[in-house]
Amino acid sequence: MEKGNKVNPADETRGPSKMPEPRRVTISELRDRLKNGDPGVWRSLEEIADDEEVKAFLDQEFPRHTAPWMGEMDRRQFLRLAGASLALAGLAGCRIRPIKEIVPYVKAPENLVPGIPKFYATALTLGGYATGVLVESHEGRPTKVEGNPEHPASLGSTNALTQAMILELYDPDRSQALTRDGRYVTPATFESDVKARLRRQIATGGDGIRFLSPSGSSPTVERLFARLQERYPKLRRHYWDAVHRDSVYEGARLSFGRPLEPVYRLDRANVIVSLDGDFLFEGPGSVRYSRDFADRRRVRKNSPAMNRLYVVESTMSVTGGMADHRLALRPSEVEAFAAALRSAIRDGASGSDAHGAFLSAVAQDLIANRGASVVIAGESQPAAVHALVNEINALLGNYGSTVQWIEPVVNPESRLESIRELTADLQDGKVEMLFILEGNPVYDAPVDLQFGEAVRRAGFSVRLGLYEDETSARCRYHIPMAHELESWGDSRAFDGTASIQQPLIEPLYNGVSPIKLLAMLLGDERSEREIVKETWQLAGLGGSAFDDVWSATLSKGVVPNSAFVAEDVSVSPFTAATSRASSSLEVRFKPDPTVFDGRFSNSPWLQELPKPFLQATWDNVMMVSPRTAERLGIEIDLSAVVVGGLAPVAELTVGGRKVKGPVWIVPGHPDDTVTVTLGYGRELAGRVGNGAGFNACQIRAQEGSWFAPASLALTGEKAQIALTQHHYSMENRGIVHEMEIGEYGHEEHDAAHEEMSLYPDREYDGNKWAMVIDTTLCTGCNACVAACVAENNIATVGKDQVIRSREMHWIRIDRYFDDLDNPRYVHVPVPCMQCENAPCEVVCPVAATTHDGEGLNMMVYNRCVGTRYCSNNCPYKVRRFNFYKYTLYPGTWDEETPVTKLLRNPNVTVRGRGVMEKCTYCVQRISAARRRAKKEGRPIRDGEVVTACQAACPTQAIVFGNWNDPNARVTAEKTEPHHYVLMEELNTRPRTGYLPRFRNPNPALKEAR
Amino acid sequence: MPQVFNAKSNVLARATFLVAGLLLVVIILAGMYMTPYTHRTGIALDQPAPFSHKHHAKELGIDCRYCHTGVEEAPYAGIPATEVCMTCHSQIWTNSPLLLPVQESYLKKIPLRWNKVNKVPDFVYFDHSIHIDRGVSCFTCHGNVTEMNLTFKTNAFEMLYCLDCHRNPEEFLRPTDQVFNAKYEAPPNQNDLGRRLMEQHAIDTKQLENCWVCHR
Amino acid sequence: MSQVVHDQEVSDTGQEQLISAEHSNASLTSKIGDIVLKQPSPKQWFVALGFGLIGLSGLLVSIAWLLYKGVGIWGVNIPVGWGFAIINFVWWIGIGHAGTLISAILLLMRQRWRTSINRLAETMTLFAVMCAGMFPLLHLGRPWIFYWLFPYPNALGLWPNFRSPLVWDVFAVSTYFTVSLVFWYVGLIPDLASLRDRAKKRIVQVAMGFLALGWRGSASHWYRYESAYLLLAGLSTPLVVSVHSIVSFDFAVSIIPGWHTTIFPPYFVAGAVYSGFAMVLTIVIPLRSWYKLRDLITIDHLDWMARITLVTGLIVFYGYLTEIFYAWYSGNVFESFMMANRMAGPYSPLYWSLIFCNGIAPQILWWRAARRNIIVLFAMSLIVNIGMWLERFIIVVTSLHADFMPSSWDMYTPTFWDILTYVGTIGFFLTGMVLFVRLLPAIPIAEMKHLLHQKMHGHSHEPEEAKA
Repeated sequence: MEKGNKVNPADETRGPSKMPEPRRVTISELRDRLKNGDPGVWRSLEEIADDEEVKAFLDQEFPRHTAPWMGEMDRRQFLRLAGASLALAGLAGCRIRPIKEIVPYVKAPENLVPGIPKFYATALTLGGYATGVLVESHEGRPTKVEGNPEHPASLGSTNALTQAMILELYDPDRSQALTRDGRYVTPATFESDVKARLRRQIATGGDGIRFLSPSGSSPTVERLFARLQERYPKLRRHYWDAVHRDSVYEGARLSFGRPLEPVYRLDRANVIVSLDGDFLFEGPGSVRYSRDFADRRRVRKNSPAMNRLYVVESTMSVTGGMADHRLALRPSEVEAFAAALRSAIRDGASGSDAHGAFLSAVAQDLIANRGASVVIAGESQPAAVHALVNEINALLGNYGSTVQWIEPVVNPESRLESIRELTADLQDGKVEMLFILEGNPVYDAPVDLQFGEAVRRAGFSVRLGLYEDETSARCRYHIPMAHELESWGDSRAFDGTASIQQPLIEPLYNGVSPIKLLAMLLGDERSEREIVKETWQLAGLGGSAFDDVWSATLSKGVVPNSAFVAEDVSVSPFTAATSRASSSLEVRFKPDPTVFDGRFSNSPWLQELPKPFLQATWDNVMMVSPRTAERLGIEIDLSAVVVGGLAPVAELTVGGRKVKGPVWIVPGHPDDTVTVTLGYGRELAGRVGNGAGFNACQIRAQEGSWFAPASLALTGEKAQIALTQHHYSMENRGIVHEMEIGEYGHEEHDAAHEEMSLYPDREYDGNKWAMVIDTTLCTGCNACVAACVAENNIATVGKDQVIRSREMHWIRIDRYFDDLDNPRYVHVPVPCMQCENAPCEVVCPVAATTHDGEGLNMMVYNRCVGTRYCSNNCPYKVRRFNFYKYTLYPGTWDEETPVTKLLRNPNVTVRGRGVMEKCTYCVQRISAARRRAKKEGRPIRDGEVVTACQAACPTQAIVFGNWNDPNARVTAEKTEPHHYVLMEELNTRPRTGYLPRFRNPNPALKEAR
Repeated sequence: MPQVFNAKSNVLARATFLVAGLLLVVIILAGMYMTPYTHRTGIALDQPAPFSHKHHAKELGIDCRYCHTGVEEAPYAGIPATEVCMTCHSQIWTNSPLLLPVQESYLKKIPLRWNKVNKVPDFVYFDHSIHIDRGVSCFTCHGNVTEMNLTFKTNAFEMLYCLDCHRNPEEFLRPTDQVFNAKYEAPPNQNDLGRRLMEQHAIDTKQLENCWVCHR
Repeated sequence: MSQVVHDQEVSDTGQEQLISAEHSNASLTSKIGDIVLKQPSPKQWFVALGFGLIGLSGLLVSIAWLLYKGVGIWGVNIPVGWGFAIINFVWWIGIGHAGTLISAILLLMRQRWRTSINRLAETMTLFAVMCAGMFPLLHLGRPWIFYWLFPYPNALGLWPNFRSPLVWDVFAVSTYFTVSLVFWYVGLIPDLASLRDRAKKRIVQVAMGFLALGWRGSASHWYRYESAYLLLAGLSTPLVVSVHSIVSFDFAVSIIPGWHTTIFPPYFVAGAVYSGFAMVLTIVIPLRSWYKLRDLITIDHLDWMARITLVTGLIVFYGYLTEIFYAWYSGNVFESFMMANRMAGPYSPLYWSLIFCNGIAPQILWWRAARRNIIVLFAMSLIVNIGMWLERFIIVVTSLHADFMPSSWDMYTPTFWDILTYVGTIGFFLTGMVLFVRLLPAIPIAEMKHLLHQKMHGHSHEPEEAKA
């Protein structure tokens, strides 16, 4: 724990040194303090929590549990630890070598050895669907999320959002105390108030009680609601998700008479057709689907074959970027296409409409692969499309093989219906008690409902949320919610597999989990853990051997065979006439690739993550096709040597409602369509999210909650957006080799050509670390970037620094396309190439970057003086420089935020101002493995060192290992006939190699591309 | 024309020597940076409780690992939690004034705040366990603490100090069973022994010189 | 010993006039000496000093802010890791070249016309190198540990990386500065002595006397002086070539398209001399009119300098042409793109103005009339200074902003602080020069007398025999 927090010498005289001492604070004192916006609020609250009288309140109202796996570790000790780690972050010392303190435990937690991280299995949910994860914890500080290989939705991988949830946990902007009308009150006040009102509700059978929450899959929550409903039979539950799946369930109703949930088995599919479905990136199971998809696409000596993907879509999606054949349609045209495809397959009618050739080719391909094909409809398409697709899949006999139907994992009720009813009841004053658990409906509910106004009509409203956001502002009470990593719970994955969620840390900000709140309403005094445990005991988990099975389940992270069984279904053909496509310009709504529906608005990691295809950060934009842009007189020269981020601002009008935002051209985007992403334009997101981008929810009504007729007009203003890539073309520099699957093995790339160097060749007799990245599999989802940021303490620098081209990402995903109107996209992840003849090493005057015996190009931060010569001389421009002291919390550079220090990986130096940094192949992981292996007197095993990017990659496109080991996976990849390195002609001899981008075009569509 | 300078003005010339002298002083000051005064080698720091390694480790013969539990498995040897002290001191010396801080810490659940004696900069990643495992004794770096009443550091952990051993480990290695033995005496054929041990542990000095062995 | 002040341009008799005929030893001493001792400074002097001090304070402010905030206050980024700092460094170092060239090489070549301007040139060199020296230091991310670039025994057990051109720079520049300083000072000694003897004020006598190191002008003094001077000249001659060659290695040794070129050393040295002479002209022309020195720094001097400027200018222009040729001839995709991007890319306006300043404009100096026209010369000198700055901008920025990976191409735009720092160094330079002409003899009295002597007796003596 001495190394609780690494700082660069440049930082040494920084950071608070005092450990928070418990002291008596009164609520009013605190309130004043908070009014004056004391930056150290989070700590004041902790102090308060230790204040005896307040503690009495809390203990009485919310008995605090202790997590058994933490031994005797309670909040005090956690804080002591935190205090210690902060104290050692560098005591301010005017002396040359200040004396530092070392603060041991009073009572050491059991089975915790300082310096040795522990991993705990739990699950994180998005839209109610769980992803199993293993969370790394250093002395009680969760620092990193890894996928749980045992979990069906993860198989060890994660997406960027899951990676960033660890930062959400520590976010200093999270709400930190219970408030009534914006003023701080004790939980007791709240509880007596709410209980009194509940008592009054008994008479009416809870007629006036309403709950509103987003999708959830927690059996425990369901059980508690059931118990509530026993007590208040007339109590009503409502649901709202901005990213809802109404059409999926409605489509199922049309086809099967009941709402069901589709689960795809892409590992069995030779041909995949997506109708506006971004199944590789969005929606339940996308991480797992990416894996299955990739496994059928990995072209190797032993399996030189791949599946074929057709995408018909109304925007530019990650899945679309992977397509072998892609057709861009306006949202409303997809339905017609689906209908045509159905008839083409059902009665062999050749596609008569505009896309005849394409359509019939697709149909033929599907028919040729009966039972080994799948058609997937996106949630943004109306129920009709889903019904048609369901029918098509049935016609192709895909049920049971590539498509399975299970009971819905989350409540299938129509979200639009549900919130509509609630709003009506609110307006009629029928709602006496409104509980809003999670979500942010005031921000993202359909605008024409004016939900925000309606909420005020509720006699009494309670909001449970992570942030004191737009919704909280409209409610009587706001209760800080405990993060998923702070509380007990349970949840289900896309296929129904259940996981138990266990807390990694005591609530940092006195948060309360939904389970806790519901239990409180039931007067249930037990801890969440007991309640969750009870749920599974009642569910008969493990039967008599419950306790053993329970602990086994906790450590495994998955409840054994809890996946839902496939239902057998019979499809009723879809008869209704398909709607006419509108002729005007259309707007297409889409969850944002980084901040999703706005819940991650305050996450600097995600805000700074480049958005696929746009490579823009910190903003959402209106995406249009080049032709549409031309028609609208939008002038952005995408072919410029350096494309600046200056975007014309346009006004988008939908049903009389207007919103202003920057327009950007996205080649491949359908014409006459504008894609806008949700989740921006937040007002009460926090210091990071406030005011970023424009709010698409302001034009999103009940009708057309996914797409609608719209009009777009330039305002003449300009807005600066922060791009991370300013040139789209490869300029024929062969950065990505593209070939068709047919060419595999032909014209073999001469890997064994004469390599010349002025310097004598180096012998790498020990380990020889190397990496291979398969560009065929890279979807450009940015999970690797997020994982790298989390693992390596990479600083976020803020919008203006990104505009200055100073982003710090160690691995970046370059995207190139070949043509403006009919582009083919390629993504190429670029970490440090770890060159054997590294140009950077020669020019460093102080030998701060040198070469090691295993071929690693080492960067020694504490030796770097910052000439930036190495970066100039790096042909791949993978080096990053700390132009400022970027270690301060983003958006608030003037202010130190100690809590974020708890997040840092103690095994990676936190770089200070003026030093260069770059990808190290996660040398801290190599080193750990090396020491482990040495102690056990054996060589490092293949797969023992897994870099952060490799672990996260949903398609497993990255392989890392010891090139000297003949049996290592990386060695096999290196011997692939088409393996190549970037700019070989420079003779830098990179250790990071690439495999070409293979495509599998349908011969029938060759010329059509 | 009268002379501008009289004979005395040679003093001026001599003044230049003074300047040279000043330069010397500067150099000396710079040198002081390397002295025990700033390194605090051989200087015992005040501690909340006057803990004596000599008494505990030598006179009572308590093994290092009894208190520094992490040393064999973790990067950090670990400073004992108060409860570890109390395992004995709840029984013996219970009313000794010297132990008041310890008891107070235990009862009030407020940790002792020791002053760090041996430390490396924050950008140096030192792993005790691997050194112990390869036969680098505690006493090689920390000096013979079993002779110290109040603990002080015996070596200034400058980079060169670490490099000396990383470049020629054979001069320092011990048989692994002697690592915790304060009384161990290096045999006359230390270098042969060292080389044998290096082979046995497959220690590769080329690797030991890599920057990232210590800096990440 | 008041003297008639001769200030008319020497009559253009066709044959070379390096000093006006009316001068006698005494008149020379008094005329040059009085600038320091008697004469009140002309008002232009105060104006110049004013501007200098303003710039200087600007420099101090910008340095303070830089050290407080970090190098981020400048426009540098990834990919353009070097910006104004390195541009200005090379520019100043270049200017610093004229001094040594004039003093050393021309001395060895017995170019008599060097005499009256060499001291100004040497002083200019000193201040220019000081300005230059500042930049590599300031542009470091962590300037406070700059000394890690020097090889010195340390507790880290580390040496600097001798493969890195930046380390070579450290040696090249510091050597150059030291030698230039000594050369300059040795040249001053006899003049300091004569000022000491003429000075009325005690304080001046002491000051000058102290600096004159007890010079009595005895034969043995002269003997040692001349030989030392000659030796130093020999010593600093190679430096003229080495310094800028090594500076050019900073670029040539890298692999960046547009930097990785073998022609860099000669073409950088030529460029340096070119800009150096331009700067001498920029300084000398106003000075000779303010202090009425047209009779000592004659039109022939200017003519000579103009000729050198023209020659070196042509070499530089040839350098540009070769760059273009090789970009095409190498067939290297990166090289050719780089050149195309210079000519047509976002920075093309700067490139073409560079071609105008250093390629086209100097051609006017082919004409004697132009060379002997003060206005034209002064304008020319300014144009060349600008041109040479642009050259460095083009080399540094256009090569970096779009090099190998198209994905990381980006623009470089200087910030307010970039500009203030640059202007600041000019202020520093100006202040230094202005104070110099006020406090020390700007024209070498002794050497002028030597020149006068030769002029009168119509034949040259070997320096060894020269007596004042």
